[in-house]
Formats: sequence, C-alpha cells, structure tokens
Amino acid sequence: MSLSATHPLQLNNTAIAARSNDKLPSSLLLTKTPSFLGSTRKLRPASLSAKPNHPNAHRRSAVVSVSEAVKEKKASASTNLLITREEGLELYEDMVLGRSFEDMCAQMYYRGKMFGFVHLYNGQEAVSTGFIKLTKQEDTVVSTYRDHVHSLSKGVPAREVMSELFGKATGCCRGQGGSMHMFSRDHNVLGGFAFIGEGIPVATGAAFSSRYRREVLKQADCDHVTLAFFGDGTANNGQFFECLNMAALWKLPIVFVVENNLWAIGMSHLRATSDPEIWKKGPAFGMPGVHVDGRMDVLKVREVAKEAIGRARRGEGPTLVECETYRFRGHSLADPDELRDPAEKAHYAARDPITALKKYIFEHNLASEQELKTIDKKIDELLEDAVEFADESPLPPRSQLLENVFADPKGFGIGPDGRYRCEDPKFTQGTAKV
Amino acid sequence: MLGIIRQKVGAGCSSAMLQRIRPVASVCRSYSSSAKEMTVRDALNSALDEEMSADPKVFLMGEEVGEYQGAYKISKGLLDKYGPDRVLDTPITEAGFTGIGVGAAYYGLKPVVEFMTFNFSMQAIDHIINSAAKSNYMSASQINVPIVFRGPNGAAAGVGAQHSQCYAAWFAAIPGLKVLTPYSSEDARGLLKAAIRDPDPVVFLENELLYGESFPVSAEVLDSSFCLPIGKAKIEREGKDITITAFSKMVGYALQAAEILAKEGISAEVINLRSIRPLDRATINTSVRKTNRLVTVEEGFPQHGVGAEICTSVVEESFGYLDAPVERIAGADVPMPYAANLERLALPQVEDIVRAAKRACYRSVPLAASA
Repeated sequence: MSLSATHPLQLNNTAIAARSNDKLPSSLLLTKTPSFLGSTRKLRPASLSAKPNHPNAHRRSAVVSVSEAVKEKKASASTNLLITREEGLELYEDMVLGRSFEDMCAQMYYRGKMFGFVHLYNGQEAVSTGFIKLTKQEDTVVSTYRDHVHSLSKGVPAREVMSELFGKATGCCRGQGGSMHMFSRDHNVLGGFAFIGEGIPVATGAAFSSRYRREVLKQADCDHVTLAFFGDGTANNGQFFECLNMAALWKLPIVFVVENNLWAIGMSHLRATSDPEIWKKGPAFGMPGVHVDGRMDVLKVREVAKEAIGRARRGEGPTLVECETYRFRGHSLADPDELRDPAEKAHYAARDPITALKKYIFEHNLASEQELKTIDKKIDELLEDAVEFADESPLPPRSQLLENVFADPKGFGIGPDGRYRCEDPKFTQGTAKV
Repeated sequence: MLGIIRQKVGAGCSSAMLQRIRPVASVCRSYSSSAKEMTVRDALNSALDEEMSADPKVFLMGEEVGEYQGAYKISKGLLDKYGPDRVLDTPITEAGFTGIGVGAAYYGLKPVVEFMTFNFSMQAIDHIINSAAKSNYMSASQINVPIVFRGPNGAAAGVGAQHSQCYAAWFAAIPGLKVLTPYSSEDARGLLKAAIRDPDPVVFLENELLYGESFPVSAEVLDSSFCLPIGKAKIEREGKDITITAFSKMVGYALQAAEILAKEGISAEVINLRSIRPLDRATINTSVRKTNRLVTVEEGFPQHGVGAEICTSVVEESFGYLDAPVERIAGADVPMPYAANLERLALPQVEDIVRAAKRACYRSVPLAASA
C-alpha cells in the first residue's frame, strides 16, 4: 500500500470513487455525497461529511490510498468489462436470493412462523454478495445478528436457513440457534453473534488458525481467508480496535468489512462517532483502510473485495474495508423506525443495488431481461420450496433440549424406555446404558 | 432431592409463547390517567423522572435512551424534560460507558446506566465487578460508588441463547453489589428509587416481559417520597402449608401456582424476594419454620443459583423444621434454545411449581410420561 503522497489535498475515498467511476457508465456515476449521512431530527452536530475544508485536514498525510493492484486493474479495466456474463448472473442471482429471502422472512414473521428478533438485510446485498461470492468453501464468514443473507451467500441452503428461522429440527442448527445465530460447519459460517463486537475477535481467531496451520503445522495449502462483517455501530467498540491491532501485528489473513448503513438502531453514525470515516482506522493500526464509496454498488464492492481477499490470501495481512450502504427496513421487525428521515430513506431507495446491477447488465448486453426474469422465477420457486420445507419439517424432539451441552447428567438424554437415562438407578453406579 | 423439575407433557406452545416481542412499539401510558393501575414500564419511568427531578446529580446514560426514547421505552420523555446533558445516548460501547459511569460515581454523581438488556452487561462486567463493587472496600470507604446498573434481565421470547438468560445469581455472588429484582409496579417504583438513592452500586434487574403488565398501586406507592427498603422480601400471599420463594416474573407464576394449590386444599405462602443481595434470610426462614416446606423458583441456571443459596440458608438455620426435602425449580441446564417448543421446556412453568409443591406436601403425583 502506498501513502497518498500524490493526492495530498484529496481525501482517499473521493480518490477511489473517482478512479472506479471513470469506467462505469455515466448512469452509475454519482455526484458529490449529499449530506444524508445519518441525519437526525435534533441534537445534530454540524455535518461531518467530507468537504473541502475538512477540519481534520492535517490527518490526510497518513491516509493510505487504494492499493496498487486496484490501480492496475483500473488501468486495464478501461477496455474491459468489470464482470463476465457468468459472474454477472451469479451476482444477480445471489442478490435476488438475499432480497427475496428477507422479504419472505418478514411475511413469515407477521404470520407467526418465526419469533423473537428478526433483523433483515434488505438494501445491503451488494456487500454480502460482493465479498462472499469471491470466497472459497474453506474461507470463513463471521457475521452478526443480521446474518441470514451472509449465510445464504456462503452457500447454506435456503431450506436450512428458513427452517432454522421456523425453529424446526431441519434447520442448520436444528432450531437451537435461531435468527441471530446461524452456524454452518460445512460452509464455514461461524455465526451469528448477537452482541456488538463479539464476532470480531472470533473472526480474528479463525484467521489466526489459518496462519497457525500454515506456518506452525506446515499445512502449506492453508491459505484460507476470514471475512468479519459488522456495522458502523460496532466500529466504536473496543473489541474492534483490539483486533485491528492484533490482526495487523500478526499479519492475519482477515478482512474487516464494515457495513456502514449509517444507523445503529436509532443512533445515527454521526451522533455516535467522533470521526465518522471508519476506514481511516485501518492506517492507524498499520493496515490499509479502504472506503467503498460505491453507493451500494456490488461491482465496486467486488473490486475492493478482490484486492483485500487477495492480500489476505497471499499472506500480506489484514485490510479494513468500509462499505457505505443502507438498510431499507428498520433495525429489526420490531423497530418502528421513526428516527430516520424519509428523504434519506428515499435517497438510498433510489440507489437500490439490485437495480443498479441490472442496469449494468443490460447496458453491457451481458444478459437479456428474460434471462434475469428466469432467475427471479427460479428464486421465487426456491423460496416457496424453502417455506414449504420449513413448514412441514418436524419440531425438535423433546430429547433435543438437553443435547449438545456439557451439563446436568440429564444431558445424557432420554433412553429407549422414554425416561431420562439419569433416572436409571444404575446410572449413579456407572453401569447404566448411556 | 434437589432435582430440577422438568416434566412437560406435549410440545404445544401457548399463545403466550408466540407472543411477538415488539417492545418499541408499545405505547407508554401515563400513570396519572389511571389512579389504581400502573404498568411496570410507567412505574420505572416515573421513578426515574422523580429521582432526576429531585437530584440534579442523577443522570441516565445508555444506548438509545434519548432520541429513541429507550429501546423498551422506559426512558420515554426524559430527554425532552432533562436534555441531552442528563440523558446521554452512548455509542455501543458498554465497557467504555459503564466505566465512565463508575468514574463519575467516584466523584459523587449518581449515574443510572441502562443496559439495553443485561446480556450486554457482559461486555462491561469488569467495571461492574472490579471498578464498582470493590472500590468502597479497597479504598477503605474513602470512595463509594452510588451507581445503578439497570435493564431487562432474564428470558425473553424467541431470541435465542445469547439474549435470554438470568444474571441474578451471577451478580448476587459479588460482595459489594446490591441486586434487586422487581416484580410488580410497586416493586419497580419503590426499589428503583431506593437504588438511585443508595450510596452503593446496585444491579437492578428488570424483566422485559413484565414491562407491559399492569398492577394495582396505592396512593402511597404513587407518592414521590415512596421508597422500599433494600434487602427486605415481601410476602405476596400468606399460607401455612408450604413456602414458595420467587423473584421477578416467577413471582407471578408462583402466585398462579398458589391459586391452583388452594383449590386442592394446599395453602401456599409466596415470598417475593425483591432483593437477591442482600437476601432476606430472616423472612424466608420465618416462613419455612411456619410451613415446614419449601419450593424455590427461578428462571436462571440451577447450578450455584439463587435456589441453591436459599436452600443452604434453610438447611443451616431451619433444618429441624423441614418436613420435606427442599424442591428447587430452575431453568434447564442448557443455553436457551430458539425453537418455541424447546424454549418452553427450558423455562419453569406454573405446572412445574404446582407439581413440586404437591410432591413436597406428599401428595403423590405420577411422574409425567416422557415425550
């Protein structure tokens, strides 16, 4: 990574935006950031969005610019498309899956099929798809309570995620985890963390294990990368900073992906954060910090993701990526969402990442409208099947309550005679059949 | 036998189990409009309001307590009334803002730190235990810490393992902390006011599922000078055959169980503990010496729980009075499952209390067939 000595008067993010914009169709070009960054009704500090007379101008000398690889890519991309037809269709399908799945969740929640807190991902699909579709099966994804779509992008079948949400035995965690706790060993989805910041050290630990396996256990082929997803609210939490430090110190193969949707429930990012440019915290810890000023553009996310994942895979260490995005729904289905300005919502709704990708696909003749409609139909059918599957699946049996935990002797479960095994008089003599 | 009673027949879930959690959507009703009944939410809100109004050193900080009016609307209206200097929206940084609250309390301010739920207090546990609870002792009483940590605790519905557990026994294990567990609106008002006025750190464990429940309140309870003593249990219902101890939401279950037992000729005395630390051993033992039988009820995990401590107290002080083994009812010894049918199995139910009480009274009940 080079220091942006060549752009001493320019904030890094605008530099990246400029570089990646010039190869996109004019329709995707975005003008100067409007000051919608987490507006609030009152008690609002002066807007801190990037402007020419930035009060923190003295910090610019420390800003790291986008990496050389992206620059090279940009140079060559001026003649090439950003994606192939196949890639375009894959991205489209994944984003539509994410969106439709969440819409279906809302329906099912209101019908009483799922319960508790259900946090939907609508609007943020460009991040999940842009990053996760570049990973291998062995790569790890660590998510938050807003984890359905990360799991789907990573390949967990929609049937299993839906069934988990219905609290059924066929769910990816047999109904024991629920909406906020999706795990899949097969797909290397390590959860599903409901607390702010909690997932970041765990993700850093997963990255640590990759490096340890490669360098201490001499598993030369272990080049697995970990993606840690979290939001803008989390970027104020101590665990984030602690892990930026250790990941950089030990050069761990991890990408910290901040999904900055500007709001932590009803707390505007600007009211919560002294310096709202999160990506700047990367250079402070000795790692590149990149802001994807993509207005929820999956192609720009993908470009930065490619570079960051590549760096991690090559053993060059961690990257902090801040993706500007927006959630189209409230924090959870229980959130009345009264604090966000309707104009702000409309502003981002007009930049729907799926619409933007569609447009790109059409403008570059990558696929016809009919082909995309076929995908839409396929996803609809997939989700109907998932709901039907979840609905018809059995509830977890009573015996499951006490499984999977080292606990009470009742953890030994229920014997064939229908009684707790621990109630067998022979149990305490150590002769019971367990 | 101190076994956990956990016999459930069938997997049917009541409508209560399917009750959606929409804390933020509920409407806060002003207590002044109804003289006889008040929700727990209004009780907490009015207690906070009155204490902030009475003492400018009292301030409220936490996530979403201001503009959002509280994640569960407990702080509704306080920002408008007291302004952003006394109702502080914090970033999602429990370790930081809890420590800041403790530091402010060292200098005599009276912070009320709201945890959106007590599950999140785990991120700040160091400051609650090491910075708050121990300072009075370590400093030989030069520094006391008049702080309140409050928020919903215990099982909610359908929110899975990380968002659904009871911390009463955890905090009650720590010398230097006071731990309060209100059940009714009277408890909520009287105990919160006591906690704020108290010179020591108080962990104030509310229950999300009780926020919307209404309880009758007397004129005395509504008076702004109303306050309850810390460390004193309340006998919610007098009885002579068996003592049932409970706290928080489980008091309601114990009262329902007592109602069922009464129809079957068993007179149960229900003790609402109110304070887990200090624990009102005197009230519990006096009751047990009268009834000679005891069932303890809690939502938390059984091992080293509140029931275990009560049992020890009774064994130490009233062993000769016991006519039956103490029955302990607790949550199942597993992280809370998400699936509604398993969740119901993991939590104490009214029938569990009834069954245990009957057993203690030597009314034999067949063990329910295992599903």
